[in-house]
Amino acid sequence: MLIGLLSDLCLLFGGLLCLTGGVGLLRLPSFFVRLHAASVTETLATVFLIAGVMLDTGWALDTAKLLLLIVIMFVANPSITHALCRTAAHGKYRPESNHEPQASHQQENQSSNNSTS
Amino acid sequence: MRDLFAVIMLFGIFSFIAALLFLDMDAVDVAFTEAAVGAGVTTVLMLSALRLTQRYENVSHRHAGMALVVVTLTGAALIYGTLDFPSLGDPNAPVHEHVAPEYLQQTPEKIGVPNVVTAVLASFRGYDTLGETVVIFSAGIVVMLLLGLGRAEDFEQQEDILILWVVVKPMVALILVFALYVQFHGDFGAGGGFQAGVIFASGFILYSLVYGENHTRKVLPARWLPRLAALGVLLYAGTGMFSFFKGQVFLDYNALADSPVSGQHLGILLVEAGVGLTVFSTVLLIFYAFSGRRAVVHE
Repeated sequence: MLIGLLSDLCLLFGGLLCLTGGVGLLRLPSFFVRLHAASVTETLATVFLIAGVMLDTGWALDTAKLLLLIVIMFVANPSITHALCRTAAHGKYRPESNHEPQASHQQENQSSNNSTS
Repeated sequence: MRDLFAVIMLFGIFSFIAALLFLDMDAVDVAFTEAAVGAGVTTVLMLSALRLTQRYENVSHRHAGMALVVVTLTGAALIYGTLDFPSLGDPNAPVHEHVAPEYLQQTPEKIGVPNVVTAVLASFRGYDTLGETVVIFSAGIVVMLLLGLGRAEDFEQQEDILILWVVVKPMVALILVFALYVQFHGDFGAGGGFQAGVIFASGFILYSLVYGENHTRKVLPARWLPRLAALGVLLYAGTGMFSFFKGQVFLDYNALADSPVSGQHLGILLVEAGVGLTVFSTVLLIFYAFSGRRAVVHE
């Protein structure tokens, strides 16, 4: 009973965090701020969502698998964000400018992509 | 949309949603394959192909009206075709009436593996899977003949990549172990040679994206890959030929061991290993061919 309630709370909080991340991803002005909004909320949201599912499944082998999933997501999510940011900074994206690089510089854009991919 | 990068990303998202749809219909093995192949490796392969050309599509001045008409007509015809479909889960649908009940009944007694999909794929439909393996093998060979094996580019070491190095190293080990689990656990749960091969290859691809392709080529030289792919097909067909020479039908695993059921187990294990080997080396071969092409072209 109490565990079920706790699981519901975890899932609800994780869902709310996802929603905040989604709003931030759509509404914030520039690439880096959007990435920040998405990654920070998603990382915590995954932990809460999987923890909610863990409480719901009870004590089984699946619990260990879900725990491993939490660890992987907790490590992988920020690193992917880091890789994205690094690649973007290597290209034409700059944190101080609010605009995305123009599509007209096709050749330069492409070469900058190449050097980082 | 002229940004081909965005098109590739949308394609990956489409594959992932398709995988979730399959999962929703309880087709776990298909969903697994779709997620690993469609959303995972295909995206990487298309990105490495994009890297050889350019990111933005050229502006064409032709009219798109005709194309729109063709697409609309085809779509309308397809939707009209779906009207005749039996509804989802209908027990009288043609799929559930011919061979499917037979497979479902015979799997526990004759083959004895819990995952019916693996039994159907590797044993009942062994011929078909052999054909699929040969198709994958020939795809790899064709790409190799067209593009060559490529050569690793000189990878400039960057200082601030340390975080990725630290994170990716255990991650690659985890991916490889998980691939082996999927490979050998395919009889019991979702998974099998196709998924395991792709996951194993994606571990190598991740390593080469972060540490540089020249390091990956040191671990597994490109010239080994066509041989490994051929070895996989050979293992599959050889299993079939073994039972053939023992006086049974080609790919009849009952001849492999003393009792038919353990023969089936052994046969499925060998055949899945062949599939996994071929898929792994073909996927990695195609990745090498695309990503190593730039160094060859720039000479």
